[in-house]
Amino acid sequence: MTTATLITCLFVFVLASFVGFEVINKVPPTLHTPLMSGANAISGIAVLGAILVSGSLGWSVSIILGLIAVVLATINVIGGFLVTDRMLVMFKK
Amino acid sequence: MTLSTFLPTGIQLSYLVAASLFIIGLKQLGSPATARRGNQLAAVGMFLAVVATLLEQQVLNYPMILGGIVVGGVIGAIAAYRVAMTAMPQMVGIFNGLGGAASALVAIAEFWRLLSTGDPLSLTSLVTIILGILIGGVTLTGSLIAFGKLQGVLPGAPFLFPLQQPLNALLVIGFLVGSVFFCLEPSNFPIFIGLIVASLILGVAVVIPIGGGDMPVVISLLNSYSGLAAAAAGFVVNNNMLIIAGALVGASGIILTNIMCKAMNRSIFNVLFAGFGSETSTGAASAAGSNAQQTVKSIDSEEGAMMLGYARSVVIVPGYGMAVAQAQHTVKELVDQLESMGVDVKYAIHPVAGRMPGHMNVLLAEANVPYPQLCDMDDINPQFEQTDVALIIGANDVVNPAARHDKSSPIYGMPILEVDKAKHAIVIKRGMGTGFSGVQNELFFQDKTLMLFGSAKDVVGQLASEVKQL
Repeated sequence: MTTATLITCLFVFVLASFVGFEVINKVPPTLHTPLMSGANAISGIAVLGAILVSGSLGWSVSIILGLIAVVLATINVIGGFLVTDRMLVMFKK
Repeated sequence: MTLSTFLPTGIQLSYLVAASLFIIGLKQLGSPATARRGNQLAAVGMFLAVVATLLEQQVLNYPMILGGIVVGGVIGAIAAYRVAMTAMPQMVGIFNGLGGAASALVAIAEFWRLLSTGDPLSLTSLVTIILGILIGGVTLTGSLIAFGKLQGVLPGAPFLFPLQQPLNALLVIGFLVGSVFFCLEPSNFPIFIGLIVASLILGVAVVIPIGGGDMPVVISLLNSYSGLAAAAAGFVVNNNMLIIAGALVGASGIILTNIMCKAMNRSIFNVLFAGFGSETSTGAASAAGSNAQQTVKSIDSEEGAMMLGYARSVVIVPGYGMAVAQAQHTVKELVDQLESMGVDVKYAIHPVAGRMPGHMNVLLAEANVPYPQLCDMDDINPQFEQTDVALIIGANDVVNPAARHDKSSPIYGMPILEVDKAKHAIVIKRGMGTGFSGVQNELFFQDKTLMLFGSAKDVVGQLASEVKQL
């Protein structure tokens, strides 16, 4: 990674953080848990990185570690979205 | 335009759509009417991002990767459908840990791949790899400790030992020094392993001194870390999608952490380092001493049922005790009885009641309580003066009036539910034990307060059947 790409990544990171603060501010307490578990599912985005590092054919330490990461992150993604949905179905007027 | 030139562009555009879906999804998660659709939009975004990544040219290992996705998906789905709503704090805790572990593994695997190519590694790559391992590792072990405390595998009280903070500082300094050596000599295997181990120990060290009642803060903070870990992994593999999604989660976790800290009138620094609730402070001791001569008034469920049944307005204040006893359905039965007799019933929810943000709201939603009946602290506090009976079920520190006036109390300044302003307060409690803060609650000794001893579920069940006979 060059310094130029690092700077681009930093720009994306900082601007996305500001978007996050603006979008999520003022969530009613009723939705604190679903917001947290929904956000938690999104943090399973690490699955993309896991797919990229385990993508080549053959066997190596990185591929094995990557595949373990695929499993862990997918548990996080699928479990997170489903349990959030299960909770939100219960919230009614 | 051939496929090989279109594909990278298409993948990046899909990422852009997926990132937008995450943002719209999170926005909609902020309002009860649209929350479910918001979660579904975010899930669609995730699906799109995963499919796009599978189309990357370097991804060839389809059988293994799809196998991993199926295995993870099945485990995740089973966990999501099996978990009891009372176990949600642990569930979110363990999921945070898995996300952190995956991010750390991505950083480690990418380092390994770069090293095996034999090319020299740039300083920026090494720094991002160190950050990925550190945040991911701390998130993993911190979440496992939080899980252990919430599940009751580990003691919930703060775990403190002599020289704890100097030792932690030493660990951090050791990590920094190790990082410098690692950057100078990336192929030095023992240093690399040392950094991984140090991050894992650091995660344990951060969470063990924090007590059960501070868990809402810890869970939100670890939620934030799991996002930051994903963003760090995004820096490592140079992928904008990871960075954006990670930053969004990091921001949402920090917002929740802030809300929780404010609701306890404590700084995040105080929560992380003070070992709160481990010992009774001098203020608490003197308060307990002056209360020793005072007596409490205790009633039985029949008297309690009379007071509730003939009241005009009742406010229910649930706390962690209701969650432990799994009494939410019984509470709903009692409230149904009271409402059929024409009593006006509301629920007052303190922001840090329970063990995670919104814990009480989820439990009561599970028991079919409509969410407009749940009142926030600021809405309900002015109404207590017109309330006939405040029924406190397993809550303690969040209703202690000492927070308003006793400057020596460790909970002084914390916003509370002002149940002492109601005409009567009935407190359902197992015994006279103190709450998480270790402070005796002066509410229990007031004239208007009546104690109803027993497990929340049994007592509320008795109240419901007594009210039925009125």
